[in-house]
Amino acid sequence: MNFWSIQLLNGLSLAMVLFLLSAGLSVIFGLMRIINLAHGSFYLIGGYIGLTVIERSGSFWFGLAIAPILVGLLGVILQRLLLRRVQHDELSQVLLSFGVLLVCSDVALTLWGGLPQTLPRPEALDGTIKLGTIVFPMYRMALSMAGIAVAVILWLLLGRTKVGARVRASVDDEEMARGIGINTGAVFAGVFGLGAALAGMAGVLGGAMLGVYPGADFDVILLAFAVVVIGGLGSLRGALVGSLFIGIANTLGNALMPQFALFTVFVPMVAMLAFRPSGFFGRS
Amino acid sequence: MRAVGAAIAIALVVIAGVALPPYYEEVLVDGLINAVFAVSLNLLLGYTGLPSLGHAAYFASGAYAAGLVSLHVTHSFWIGALSGTAAGAILGAIFGVVALRTKGAYFLMITLALGQIAWAVAYSWRDVTGGDDGLRGIPAPDIGLSIVHLDGPRLYFVLTLIALVATLAATRLLVGSPFGRTLRGIKDNSVRMGALGYNVWLHRYLAFVMASAGAGFAGVLFVYHKGFVSPDVAHVVTSAQAMLMVILGGAGTLWGPVAGAMTITVLGNFASTYTLHWTLILGLLYIGVVLIAPTGIISVLARPKGSR
Repeated sequence: MNFWSIQLLNGLSLAMVLFLLSAGLSVIFGLMRIINLAHGSFYLIGGYIGLTVIERSGSFWFGLAIAPILVGLLGVILQRLLLRRVQHDELSQVLLSFGVLLVCSDVALTLWGGLPQTLPRPEALDGTIKLGTIVFPMYRMALSMAGIAVAVILWLLLGRTKVGARVRASVDDEEMARGIGINTGAVFAGVFGLGAALAGMAGVLGGAMLGVYPGADFDVILLAFAVVVIGGLGSLRGALVGSLFIGIANTLGNALMPQFALFTVFVPMVAMLAFRPSGFFGRS
Repeated sequence: MRAVGAAIAIALVVIAGVALPPYYEEVLVDGLINAVFAVSLNLLLGYTGLPSLGHAAYFASGAYAAGLVSLHVTHSFWIGALSGTAAGAILGAIFGVVALRTKGAYFLMITLALGQIAWAVAYSWRDVTGGDDGLRGIPAPDIGLSIVHLDGPRLYFVLTLIALVATLAATRLLVGSPFGRTLRGIKDNSVRMGALGYNVWLHRYLAFVMASAGAGFAGVLFVYHKGFVSPDVAHVVTSAQAMLMVILGGAGTLWGPVAGAMTITVLGNFASTYTLHWTLILGLLYIGVVLIAPTGIISVLARPKGSR
Protein backbone atom coordinates (compact mmCIF):
# COMPACT_ATOMS: atom_id res chain seq x y z
CA MET A 1 0.00 0.00 0.00
CA ASN A 2 2.83 2.33 0.92
CA PHE A 3 4.57 1.63 -2.37
CA TRP A 4 1.55 2.52 -4.47
CA SER A 5 0.74 5.73 -2.61
CA ILE A 6 4.31 6.91 -2.89
CA GLN A 7 4.40 6.11 -6.59
CA LEU A 8 1.06 7.80 -7.07
CA LEU A 9 2.26 10.95 -5.39
CA ASN A 10 5.49 10.92 -7.35
CA GLY A 11 3.51 10.43 -10.53
CA LEU A 12 1.17 13.24 -9.53
CA SER A 13 4.00 15.69 -8.89
CA LEU A 14 5.63 14.79 -12.21
CA ALA A 15 2.22 15.24 -13.81
CA MET A 16 1.96 18.74 -12.39
CA VAL A 17 5.33 19.73 -13.80
CA LEU A 18 4.30 18.28 -17.14
CA PHE A 19 0.99 20.13 -16.97
CA LEU A 20 2.70 23.49 -16.51
CA LEU A 21 4.95 22.61 -19.39
CA SER A 22 2.37 21.33 -21.79
CA ALA A 23 -0.61 23.57 -21.06
CA GLY A 24 1.16 26.32 -22.93
CA LEU A 25 2.27 24.02 -25.72
CA SER A 26 -1.22 22.67 -26.23
CA VAL A 27 -2.98 26.02 -26.36
CA ILE A 28 -0.24 27.43 -28.60
CA PHE A 29 -0.73 24.63 -31.07
CA GLY A 30 -4.49 24.86 -30.90
CA LEU A 31 -4.34 28.60 -31.38
CA MET A 32 -1.54 29.15 -33.80
CA ARG A 33 -0.99 25.65 -35.17
CA ILE A 34 2.64 26.16 -34.28
CA ILE A 35 4.83 23.22 -33.35
CA ASN A 36 7.46 24.68 -31.08
CA LEU A 37 10.31 22.32 -30.27
CA ALA A 38 12.04 25.11 -28.35
CA HIS A 39 9.42 24.84 -25.61
CA GLY A 40 11.84 22.55 -23.83
CA SER A 41 14.35 25.38 -23.85
CA PHE A 42 11.89 27.51 -21.87
CA TYR A 43 11.93 24.85 -19.18
CA LEU A 44 15.71 24.61 -19.17
CA ILE A 45 16.37 28.34 -19.15
CA GLY A 46 13.64 28.90 -16.58
CA GLY A 47 15.29 26.37 -14.31
CA TYR A 48 18.73 27.86 -14.77
CA ILE A 49 17.58 31.46 -14.29
CA GLY A 50 15.72 30.32 -11.20
CA LEU A 51 18.88 28.65 -9.93
CA THR A 52 20.95 31.80 -10.37
CA VAL A 53 18.33 34.06 -8.80
CA ILE A 54 17.90 31.74 -5.84
CA GLU A 55 21.63 31.50 -5.31
CA ARG A 56 22.10 35.25 -5.52
CA SER A 57 19.09 36.28 -3.49
CA GLY A 58 18.71 33.36 -1.14
CA SER A 59 15.00 33.20 -1.77
CA PHE A 60 13.21 30.40 -3.63
CA TRP A 61 10.06 32.46 -4.04
CA PHE A 62 11.96 35.30 -5.64
CA GLY A 63 13.40 32.88 -8.16
CA LEU A 64 9.98 31.41 -8.78
CA ALA A 65 8.63 34.89 -9.50
CA ILE A 66 11.47 36.21 -11.68
CA ALA A 67 12.25 33.22 -13.89
CA PRO A 68 8.80 32.86 -15.52
CA ILE A 69 8.68 36.57 -16.28
CA LEU A 70 12.03 36.53 -18.05
CA VAL A 71 11.24 33.33 -19.92
CA GLY A 72 7.84 34.72 -20.90
CA LEU A 73 9.59 37.73 -22.40
CA LEU A 74 11.94 35.43 -24.27
CA GLY A 75 8.93 33.58 -25.61
CA VAL A 76 7.27 36.72 -26.88
CA ILE A 77 10.50 37.81 -28.60
CA LEU A 78 10.86 34.38 -30.17
CA GLN A 79 7.32 34.44 -31.48
CA ARG A 80 7.38 37.95 -32.86
CA LEU A 81 10.84 37.71 -34.37
CA LEU A 82 11.02 34.22 -35.74
CA LEU A 83 8.01 31.98 -35.47
CA ARG A 84 5.61 34.47 -36.94
CA ARG A 85 7.46 34.21 -40.27
CA VAL A 86 6.73 30.51 -40.67
CA GLN A 87 3.15 30.69 -39.59
CA HIS A 88 1.62 28.12 -41.89
CA ASP A 89 4.49 25.82 -42.70
CA GLU A 90 4.87 22.98 -40.22
CA LEU A 91 8.15 21.68 -41.54
CA SER A 92 9.77 25.09 -41.34
CA GLN A 93 8.44 25.54 -37.81
CA VAL A 94 9.99 22.26 -36.76
CA LEU A 95 13.37 23.11 -38.25
CA LEU A 96 13.31 26.69 -36.99
CA SER A 97 12.30 25.80 -33.45
CA PHE A 98 14.78 22.94 -33.43
CA GLY A 99 17.48 25.46 -34.33
CA VAL A 100 16.37 27.68 -31.47
CA LEU A 101 16.48 24.64 -29.17
CA LEU A 102 20.09 23.97 -30.18
CA VAL A 103 21.11 27.60 -29.79
CA CYS A 104 19.53 27.86 -26.33
CA SER A 105 21.05 24.55 -25.34
CA ASP A 106 24.53 25.77 -26.24
CA VAL A 107 24.06 29.14 -24.55
CA ALA A 108 22.82 27.44 -21.39
CA LEU A 109 25.80 25.09 -21.42
CA THR A 110 28.18 28.02 -21.77
CA LEU A 111 26.55 30.10 -19.05
CA TRP A 112 25.78 27.43 -16.47
CA GLY A 113 28.18 24.60 -17.20
CA GLY A 114 27.67 20.92 -17.81
CA LEU A 115 27.12 19.55 -14.33
CA PRO A 116 23.59 18.56 -13.33
CA GLN A 117 22.30 20.86 -10.63
CA THR A 118 19.28 20.85 -8.37
CA LEU A 119 17.49 23.97 -7.31
CA PRO A 120 17.44 24.36 -3.54
CA ARG A 121 14.00 23.98 -2.04
CA PRO A 122 12.46 26.62 0.20
CA GLU A 123 12.96 25.87 3.86
CA ALA A 124 9.26 25.98 4.54
CA LEU A 125 8.74 23.02 2.23
CA ASP A 126 11.88 21.08 2.92
CA GLY A 127 10.80 18.17 4.97
CA THR A 128 8.26 15.45 5.19
CA ILE A 129 4.65 15.24 6.11
CA LYS A 130 2.95 12.28 7.65
CA LEU A 131 -0.47 11.08 6.53
CA GLY A 132 -1.47 8.06 8.53
CA THR A 133 1.34 5.58 8.11
CA ILE A 134 2.75 7.12 4.97
CA VAL A 135 5.51 9.69 4.89
CA PHE A 136 5.54 12.08 1.91
CA PRO A 137 8.04 14.75 0.97
CA MET A 138 6.34 18.06 1.66
CA TYR A 139 7.69 19.60 -1.50
CA ARG A 140 5.97 17.11 -3.76
CA MET A 141 2.67 17.59 -1.98
CA ALA A 142 2.94 21.35 -2.29
CA LEU A 143 3.85 20.98 -5.96
CA SER A 144 0.80 18.85 -6.66
CA MET A 145 -1.47 21.34 -4.96
CA ALA A 146 0.17 24.24 -6.77
CA GLY A 147 -0.36 22.49 -10.06
CA ILE A 148 -4.05 22.06 -9.40
CA ALA A 149 -4.27 25.71 -8.38
CA VAL A 150 -2.64 26.82 -11.61
CA ALA A 151 -4.97 24.58 -13.58
CA VAL A 152 -7.97 26.16 -11.91
CA ILE A 153 -6.65 29.68 -12.47
CA LEU A 154 -5.98 28.96 -16.15
CA TRP A 155 -9.40 27.45 -16.57
CA LEU A 156 -11.03 30.49 -15.01
CA LEU A 157 -8.88 32.81 -17.07
CA LEU A 158 -9.74 31.07 -20.31
CA GLY A 159 -13.35 30.36 -19.60
CA ARG A 160 -14.58 33.24 -17.48
CA THR A 161 -12.80 36.40 -18.54
CA LYS A 162 -13.06 38.68 -21.53
CA VAL A 163 -9.43 38.10 -22.37
CA GLY A 164 -10.06 34.38 -22.27
CA ALA A 165 -13.03 34.80 -24.55
CA ARG A 166 -10.86 36.60 -27.06
CA VAL A 167 -8.33 33.75 -26.94
CA ARG A 168 -11.04 31.15 -27.41
CA ALA A 169 -12.51 33.10 -30.30
CA SER A 170 -9.11 33.28 -31.97
CA VAL A 171 -8.65 29.52 -31.49
CA ASP A 172 -11.99 28.73 -33.01
CA ASP A 173 -11.76 30.99 -36.02
CA GLU A 174 -8.89 33.39 -36.45
CA GLU A 175 -10.24 35.20 -39.47
CA MET A 176 -13.61 35.77 -37.91
CA ALA A 177 -12.02 36.94 -34.70
CA ARG A 178 -10.00 39.49 -36.60
CA GLY A 179 -13.12 40.42 -38.45
CA ILE A 180 -14.91 41.42 -35.27
CA GLY A 181 -11.99 43.51 -34.15
CA ILE A 182 -9.91 41.22 -31.96
CA ASN A 183 -6.20 41.97 -32.20
CA THR A 184 -5.16 38.41 -32.96
CA GLY A 185 -1.50 39.39 -33.22
CA ALA A 186 -1.55 40.56 -29.62
CA VAL A 187 -3.53 37.50 -28.56
CA PHE A 188 -1.00 35.19 -30.18
CA ALA A 189 1.98 36.96 -28.65
CA GLY A 190 0.31 37.00 -25.27
CA VAL A 191 -0.61 33.33 -25.32
CA PHE A 192 2.85 32.39 -26.48
CA GLY A 193 4.40 34.47 -23.72
CA LEU A 194 2.12 32.95 -21.10
CA GLY A 195 2.88 29.45 -22.33
CA ALA A 196 6.59 30.19 -22.18
CA ALA A 197 6.25 31.67 -18.69
CA LEU A 198 4.45 28.55 -17.49
CA ALA A 199 7.19 26.40 -18.93
CA GLY A 200 9.74 28.55 -17.14
CA MET A 201 7.79 28.07 -13.92
CA ALA A 202 7.84 24.35 -14.59
CA GLY A 203 11.61 24.64 -14.91
CA VAL A 204 11.93 26.16 -11.44
CA LEU A 205 9.43 23.87 -9.72
CA GLY A 206 10.61 20.79 -11.57
CA GLY A 207 14.22 21.80 -11.19
CA ALA A 208 13.93 21.60 -7.44
CA MET A 209 12.58 18.09 -7.82
CA LEU A 210 14.31 16.60 -10.85
CA GLY A 211 17.24 18.95 -11.33
CA VAL A 212 18.41 20.92 -14.36
CA TYR A 213 21.07 19.53 -16.66
CA PRO A 214 22.18 19.79 -20.28
CA GLY A 215 19.73 17.71 -22.22
CA ALA A 216 16.79 18.41 -19.93
CA ASP A 217 15.33 20.53 -22.71
CA PHE A 218 15.26 17.49 -24.96
CA ASP A 219 13.92 15.12 -22.35
CA VAL A 220 11.03 17.35 -21.38
CA ILE A 221 10.02 18.36 -24.89
CA LEU A 222 9.54 14.71 -25.82
CA LEU A 223 7.41 14.15 -22.72
CA ALA A 224 5.47 17.36 -23.37
CA PHE A 225 4.69 16.28 -26.92
CA ALA A 226 3.46 12.93 -25.69
CA VAL A 227 1.22 14.77 -23.22
CA VAL A 228 -0.34 17.10 -25.76
CA VAL A 229 -0.83 14.34 -28.30
CA ILE A 230 -2.64 12.16 -25.77
CA GLY A 231 -4.61 14.92 -24.18
CA GLY A 232 -5.47 16.60 -27.41
CA LEU A 233 -4.03 19.69 -29.02
CA GLY A 234 -5.63 22.96 -28.12
CA SER A 235 -7.30 21.75 -24.95
CA LEU A 236 -6.42 22.72 -21.38
CA ARG A 237 -8.45 19.83 -20.02
CA GLY A 238 -6.56 17.57 -22.41
CA ALA A 239 -3.23 18.87 -21.14
CA LEU A 240 -4.28 18.00 -17.59
CA VAL A 241 -5.52 14.53 -18.47
CA GLY A 242 -2.50 13.88 -20.67
CA SER A 243 -0.11 15.04 -17.94
CA LEU A 244 -1.73 12.78 -15.38
CA PHE A 245 -1.56 9.88 -17.78
CA ILE A 246 2.07 10.37 -18.76
CA GLY A 247 3.23 11.43 -15.31
CA ILE A 248 1.79 8.38 -13.62
CA ALA A 249 2.61 5.96 -16.44
CA ASN A 250 6.21 7.14 -16.62
CA THR A 251 6.68 7.00 -12.85
CA LEU A 252 5.15 3.55 -12.54
CA GLY A 253 7.15 2.42 -15.53
CA ASN A 254 10.38 3.61 -13.97
CA ALA A 255 9.51 1.92 -10.69
CA LEU A 256 8.22 -1.41 -11.97
CA MET A 257 10.06 -2.09 -15.21
CA PRO A 258 12.90 0.38 -15.71
CA GLN A 259 14.10 -1.17 -18.93
CA PHE A 260 10.74 -0.51 -20.55
CA ALA A 261 10.07 2.86 -18.94
CA LEU A 262 10.79 4.74 -22.18
CA PHE A 263 8.04 2.83 -23.94
CA THR A 264 5.36 3.94 -21.49
CA VAL A 265 5.58 7.36 -23.06
CA PHE A 266 6.04 6.73 -26.76
CA VAL A 267 3.80 3.72 -27.36
CA PRO A 268 0.63 5.48 -26.11
CA MET A 269 1.66 8.48 -28.17
CA VAL A 270 1.91 6.40 -31.34
CA ALA A 271 -1.30 4.58 -30.57
CA MET A 272 -3.16 7.81 -30.04
CA LEU A 273 -1.81 9.36 -33.24
CA ALA A 274 -2.71 6.29 -35.23
CA PHE A 275 -6.24 5.86 -33.99
CA ARG A 276 -7.41 9.21 -32.68
CA PRO A 277 -5.04 11.97 -33.71
CA SER A 278 -7.07 14.65 -32.02
CA GLY A 279 -6.37 13.04 -28.66
CA PHE A 280 -8.89 12.76 -25.88
CA PHE A 281 -10.11 16.32 -25.88
CA GLY A 282 -8.48 17.92 -28.84
CA ARG A 283 -9.85 20.17 -31.51
CA SER A 284 -8.62 19.11 -34.94
CA MET B 1 24.59 20.68 -68.47
CA ARG B 2 23.55 18.79 -65.38
CA ALA B 3 25.45 15.68 -66.40
CA VAL B 4 28.60 17.75 -66.83
CA GLY B 5 28.08 19.32 -63.41
CA ALA B 6 27.58 15.92 -61.85
CA ALA B 7 30.69 14.53 -63.51
CA ILE B 8 32.73 17.49 -62.28
CA ALA B 9 31.39 17.05 -58.75
CA ILE B 10 32.25 13.37 -58.70
CA ALA B 11 35.70 14.07 -60.15
CA LEU B 12 36.33 16.69 -57.46
CA VAL B 13 35.36 14.29 -54.72
CA VAL B 14 37.57 11.56 -56.16
CA ILE B 15 40.53 13.93 -56.42
CA ALA B 16 39.95 15.12 -52.88
CA GLY B 17 39.75 11.58 -51.67
CA VAL B 18 42.97 10.59 -53.36
CA ALA B 19 45.02 13.71 -52.72
CA LEU B 20 44.15 14.63 -49.16
CA PRO B 21 45.61 13.05 -46.05
CA PRO B 22 43.70 10.17 -44.40
CA TYR B 23 41.91 12.35 -41.83
CA TYR B 24 40.11 14.28 -44.53
CA GLU B 25 39.28 11.09 -46.31
CA GLU B 26 37.51 9.97 -43.15
CA VAL B 27 35.46 13.16 -43.22
CA LEU B 28 34.64 12.67 -46.89
CA VAL B 29 33.44 9.14 -46.26
CA ASP B 30 31.24 10.44 -43.43
CA GLY B 31 29.86 12.95 -45.87
CA LEU B 32 29.18 10.34 -48.53
CA ILE B 33 27.37 8.09 -46.06
CA ASN B 34 25.28 11.02 -44.84
CA ALA B 35 24.58 11.79 -48.48
CA VAL B 36 23.13 8.32 -49.06
CA PHE B 37 21.02 8.77 -45.91
CA ALA B 38 19.84 12.20 -47.04
CA VAL B 39 19.03 10.98 -50.55
CA SER B 40 16.82 8.27 -49.05
CA LEU B 41 14.99 10.82 -46.91
CA ASN B 42 14.62 13.07 -49.93
CA LEU B 43 12.58 10.40 -51.68
CA LEU B 44 10.08 10.66 -48.85
CA LEU B 45 10.31 14.33 -48.03
CA GLY B 46 11.23 15.99 -51.28
CA TYR B 47 9.45 13.86 -53.85
CA THR B 48 6.46 12.44 -51.97
CA GLY B 49 5.92 15.33 -49.58
CA LEU B 50 6.00 13.26 -46.38
CA PRO B 51 8.05 15.02 -43.68
CA SER B 52 9.50 12.25 -41.57
CA LEU B 53 11.21 13.22 -38.33
CA GLY B 54 12.12 9.64 -37.48
CA HIS B 55 14.08 8.49 -40.50
CA ALA B 56 17.09 7.69 -38.35
CA ALA B 57 15.21 4.65 -37.03
CA TYR B 58 15.71 2.84 -40.35
CA PHE B 59 19.30 4.02 -40.60
CA ALA B 60 19.90 2.53 -37.15
CA SER B 61 18.14 -0.74 -37.93
CA GLY B 62 20.35 -1.17 -41.00
CA ALA B 63 23.46 -0.38 -38.98
CA TYR B 64 22.59 -2.74 -36.13
CA ALA B 65 21.51 -5.53 -38.48
CA ALA B 66 24.71 -5.34 -40.50
CA GLY B 67 26.74 -5.04 -37.31
CA LEU B 68 25.15 -8.11 -35.77
CA VAL B 69 25.55 -10.12 -38.98
CA SER B 70 29.16 -9.11 -39.16
CA LEU B 71 29.84 -10.04 -35.54
CA HIS B 72 27.94 -13.31 -35.41
CA VAL B 73 27.42 -14.69 -38.89
CA THR B 74 29.73 -13.62 -41.66
CA HIS B 75 32.11 -10.89 -42.67
CA SER B 76 30.74 -10.77 -46.17
CA PHE B 77 29.86 -7.24 -47.19
CA TRP B 78 27.09 -8.38 -49.50
CA ILE B 79 25.27 -10.42 -46.86
CA GLY B 80 25.66 -7.61 -44.37
CA ALA B 81 24.42 -5.02 -46.83
CA LEU B 82 21.47 -7.15 -47.80
CA SER B 83 20.53 -7.72 -44.15
CA GLY B 84 20.83 -4.06 -43.30
CA THR B 85 18.82 -2.85 -46.26
CA ALA B 86 16.19 -5.50 -45.59
CA ALA B 87 16.08 -4.52 -41.90
CA GLY B 88 15.43 -0.92 -42.88
CA ALA B 89 12.74 -1.96 -45.34
CA ILE B 90 11.01 -4.28 -42.86
CA LEU B 91 10.96 -1.69 -40.08
CA GLY B 92 9.69 0.84 -42.60
CA ALA B 93 6.99 -1.57 -43.69
CA ILE B 94 5.80 -2.00 -40.10
CA PHE B 95 6.08 1.63 -38.99
CA GLY B 96 4.74 2.88 -42.30
CA VAL B 97 1.38 1.24 -41.75
CA VAL B 98 0.96 3.18 -38.52
CA ALA B 99 2.53 6.43 -39.66
CA LEU B 100 0.54 6.74 -42.88
CA ARG B 101 -2.69 7.01 -40.95
CA THR B 102 -1.72 10.61 -40.34
CA LYS B 103 -0.84 13.68 -42.34
CA GLY B 104 1.10 16.89 -41.95
CA ALA B 105 1.92 17.90 -38.40
CA TYR B 106 0.63 14.64 -37.00
CA PHE B 107 2.79 12.68 -39.42
CA LEU B 108 5.77 14.65 -38.14
CA MET B 109 4.92 13.77 -34.58
CA ILE B 110 4.15 10.12 -35.14
CA THR B 111 7.40 9.58 -37.05
CA LEU B 112 9.19 11.35 -34.22
CA ALA B 113 7.60 9.03 -31.68
CA LEU B 114 8.31 5.93 -33.77
CA GLY B 115 11.92 7.01 -34.11
CA GLN B 116 12.15 7.40 -30.36
CA ILE B 117 10.65 3.94 -29.89
CA ALA B 118 13.41 2.56 -32.11
CA TRP B 119 15.92 4.50 -30.01
CA ALA B 120 14.39 3.11 -26.84
CA VAL B 121 14.64 -0.45 -28.18
CA ALA B 122 18.29 0.07 -29.10
CA TYR B 123 18.90 1.56 -25.65
CA SER B 124 17.07 -1.05 -23.61
CA TRP B 125 17.71 -4.35 -25.36
CA ARG B 126 21.17 -4.86 -23.92
CA ASP B 127 21.42 -8.51 -24.85
CA VAL B 128 21.10 -7.82 -28.54
CA THR B 129 22.11 -4.23 -29.11
CA GLY B 130 24.50 -3.74 -26.23
CA GLY B 131 22.33 -1.01 -24.74
CA ASP B 132 23.95 2.37 -24.47
CA ASP B 133 27.35 0.77 -24.90
CA GLY B 134 26.38 -0.18 -28.41
CA LEU B 135 27.98 -2.74 -30.67
CA ARG B 136 31.71 -2.53 -30.88
CA GLY B 137 34.58 -4.17 -32.67
CA ILE B 138 32.75 -4.71 -35.91
CA PRO B 139 35.36 -5.93 -38.38
CA ALA B 140 36.05 -4.51 -41.80
CA PRO B 141 33.80 -6.13 -44.37
CA ASP B 142 34.91 -8.59 -46.97
CA ILE B 143 33.73 -7.87 -50.48
CA GLY B 144 34.76 -11.25 -51.74
CA LEU B 145 37.58 -10.20 -54.05
CA SER B 146 40.72 -11.68 -52.63
CA ILE B 147 42.92 -8.94 -53.95
CA VAL B 148 40.86 -6.20 -52.41
CA HIS B 149 40.58 -5.75 -48.66
CA LEU B 150 38.45 -3.02 -47.26
CA ASP B 151 40.49 -2.31 -44.19
CA GLY B 152 42.15 0.56 -45.90
CA PRO B 153 40.39 3.92 -45.76
CA ARG B 154 41.15 4.54 -49.40
CA LEU B 155 39.31 1.45 -50.58
CA TYR B 156 36.38 2.14 -48.31
CA PHE B 157 36.21 5.62 -49.77
CA VAL B 158 35.92 4.12 -53.24
CA LEU B 159 33.22 1.76 -52.00
CA THR B 160 31.08 4.49 -50.48
CA LEU B 161 31.52 6.66 -53.54
CA ILE B 162 30.27 3.82 -55.73
CA ALA B 163 27.43 3.23 -53.28
CA LEU B 164 26.38 6.88 -53.46
CA VAL B 165 26.51 6.94 -57.25
CA ALA B 166 24.47 3.74 -57.36
CA THR B 167 21.91 5.19 -54.96
CA LEU B 168 21.66 8.37 -57.00
CA ALA B 169 21.26 6.40 -60.20
CA ALA B 170 18.50 4.29 -58.65
CA THR B 171 16.78 7.40 -57.35
CA ARG B 172 17.02 9.11 -60.72
CA LEU B 173 15.48 6.09 -62.41
CA LEU B 174 12.72 5.87 -59.84
CA VAL B 175 11.85 9.54 -59.89
CA GLY B 176 11.78 9.67 -63.68
CA SER B 177 9.54 6.63 -63.93
CA PRO B 178 5.73 6.76 -63.96
CA PHE B 179 5.81 5.70 -60.32
CA GLY B 180 8.06 8.62 -59.47
CA ARG B 181 5.93 11.07 -61.37
CA THR B 182 2.88 9.81 -59.52
CA LEU B 183 4.68 10.48 -56.25
CA ARG B 184 5.34 14.03 -57.26
CA GLY B 185 1.73 14.42 -58.26
CA ILE B 186 0.70 13.16 -54.85
CA LYS B 187 3.02 15.66 -53.21
CA ASP B 188 1.43 18.49 -55.15
CA ASN B 189 -2.20 17.53 -54.74
CA SER B 190 -3.08 14.18 -53.27
CA VAL B 191 -6.82 14.78 -53.45
CA ARG B 192 -6.72 15.34 -57.18
CA MET B 193 -4.50 12.29 -57.68
CA GLY B 194 -6.99 10.23 -55.73
CA ALA B 195 -9.82 11.57 -57.83
CA LEU B 196 -7.88 10.61 -60.94
CA GLY B 197 -7.83 7.04 -59.75
CA TYR B 198 -4.34 6.64 -58.32
CA ASN B 199 -3.97 4.62 -55.15
CA VAL B 200 -2.46 7.37 -53.04
CA TRP B 201 -1.92 5.30 -49.90
CA LEU B 202 -0.13 2.53 -51.77
CA HIS B 203 2.21 4.92 -53.52
CA ARG B 204 3.03 6.66 -50.25
CA TYR B 205 3.55 3.34 -48.52
CA LEU B 206 5.89 2.04 -51.20
CA ALA B 207 7.85 5.29 -51.12
CA PHE B 208 8.07 4.96 -47.33
CA VAL B 209 9.39 1.41 -47.52
CA MET B 210 11.88 2.24 -50.26
CA ALA B 211 13.15 5.29 -48.41
CA SER B 212 13.53 3.15 -45.29
CA ALA B 213 15.48 0.56 -47.27
CA GLY B 214 17.76 3.32 -48.54
CA ALA B 215 18.29 4.54 -45.01
CA GLY B 216 19.09 1.00 -43.94
CA PHE B 217 21.67 0.78 -46.69
CA ALA B 218 23.27 4.01 -45.46
CA GLY B 219 23.33 2.47 -42.00
CA VAL B 220 25.24 -0.51 -43.36
CA LEU B 221 27.89 1.76 -44.86
CA PHE B 222 28.03 3.62 -41.56
CA VAL B 223 28.57 0.63 -39.34
CA TYR B 224 31.28 -0.87 -41.53
CA HIS B 225 33.03 2.49 -41.64
CA LYS B 226 33.01 3.17 -37.92
CA GLY B 227 33.17 -0.40 -36.65
CA PHE B 228 30.75 0.73 -33.96
CA VAL B 229 27.11 1.70 -33.53
CA SER B 230 25.21 3.11 -30.57
CA PRO B 231 21.55 4.05 -29.90
CA ASP B 232 22.25 7.70 -30.69
CA VAL B 233 22.12 6.93 -34.41
CA ALA B 234 18.37 6.34 -33.97
CA HIS B 235 17.73 9.52 -32.02
CA VAL B 236 15.59 12.37 -33.29
CA VAL B 237 18.70 14.57 -33.41
CA THR B 238 20.07 12.35 -36.21
CA SER B 239 16.72 12.46 -38.02
CA ALA B 240 16.53 16.24 -37.71
CA GLN B 241 20.05 16.61 -39.03
CA ALA B 242 19.19 14.50 -42.09
CA MET B 243 16.19 16.71 -42.65
CA LEU B 244 18.38 19.80 -42.45
CA MET B 245 20.76 18.29 -44.99
CA VAL B 246 17.90 17.70 -47.41
CA ILE B 247 16.39 21.14 -46.94
CA LEU B 248 19.71 22.96 -47.02
CA GLY B 249 20.69 21.28 -50.24
CA GLY B 250 17.27 21.46 -51.77
CA ALA B 251 14.37 19.08 -51.22
CA GLY B 252 13.03 17.47 -54.34
CA THR B 253 16.25 17.83 -56.30
CA LEU B 254 18.54 14.94 -57.06
CA TRP B 255 21.82 16.51 -55.95
CA GLY B 256 20.45 18.74 -53.22
CA PRO B 257 20.69 16.19 -50.41
CA VAL B 258 24.24 15.34 -51.48
CA ALA B 259 25.29 18.98 -51.35
CA GLY B 260 23.53 19.48 -48.03
CA ALA B 261 25.05 16.36 -46.51
CA MET B 262 28.60 17.16 -47.63
CA THR B 263 28.27 20.76 -46.44
CA ILE B 264 26.99 19.89 -42.98
CA THR B 265 29.45 17.02 -42.51
CA VAL B 266 32.50 19.00 -43.58
CA LEU B 267 31.38 22.09 -41.70
CA GLY B 268 30.67 20.06 -38.58
CA ASN B 269 34.03 18.40 -38.62
CA PHE B 270 35.99 21.59 -39.10
CA ALA B 271 33.90 23.59 -36.69
CA SER B 272 34.38 20.97 -34.03
CA THR B 273 38.12 21.29 -34.42
CA TYR B 274 38.18 25.00 -33.79
CA THR B 275 35.31 25.63 -31.44
CA LEU B 276 33.20 24.00 -28.77
CA HIS B 277 30.12 25.71 -30.10
CA TRP B 278 29.20 23.57 -33.09
CA THR B 279 25.75 23.10 -31.53
CA LEU B 280 25.24 26.85 -31.60
CA ILE B 281 26.43 27.12 -35.20
CA LEU B 282 24.25 24.20 -36.24
CA GLY B 283 21.26 25.79 -34.54
CA LEU B 284 21.89 29.06 -36.35
CA LEU B 285 22.16 27.08 -39.60
CA TYR B 286 18.73 25.55 -38.99
CA ILE B 287 17.27 29.00 -38.40
CA GLY B 288 19.16 30.53 -41.31
CA VAL B 289 18.15 27.89 -43.83
CA VAL B 290 14.49 28.24 -42.94
CA LEU B 291 14.48 32.01 -43.08
CA ILE B 292 16.87 32.64 -45.94
CA ALA B 293 16.98 29.65 -48.27
CA PRO B 294 14.04 27.33 -47.66
CA THR B 295 14.33 25.89 -51.13
CA GLY B 296 17.95 25.01 -50.63
CA ILE B 297 21.27 26.00 -52.14
CA ILE B 298 21.01 23.79 -55.22
CA SER B 299 17.86 25.45 -56.40
CA VAL B 300 19.42 28.84 -55.76
CA LEU B 301 22.42 27.83 -57.86
CA ALA B 302 20.31 26.22 -60.56
CA ARG B 303 18.18 29.27 -61.07
CA PRO B 304 18.63 30.40 -64.71
CA LYS B 305 20.79 33.49 -65.02
CA GLY B 306 18.91 36.72 -65.30
CA SER B 307 15.80 35.68 -63.45
CA ARG B 308 16.32 37.02 -59.94
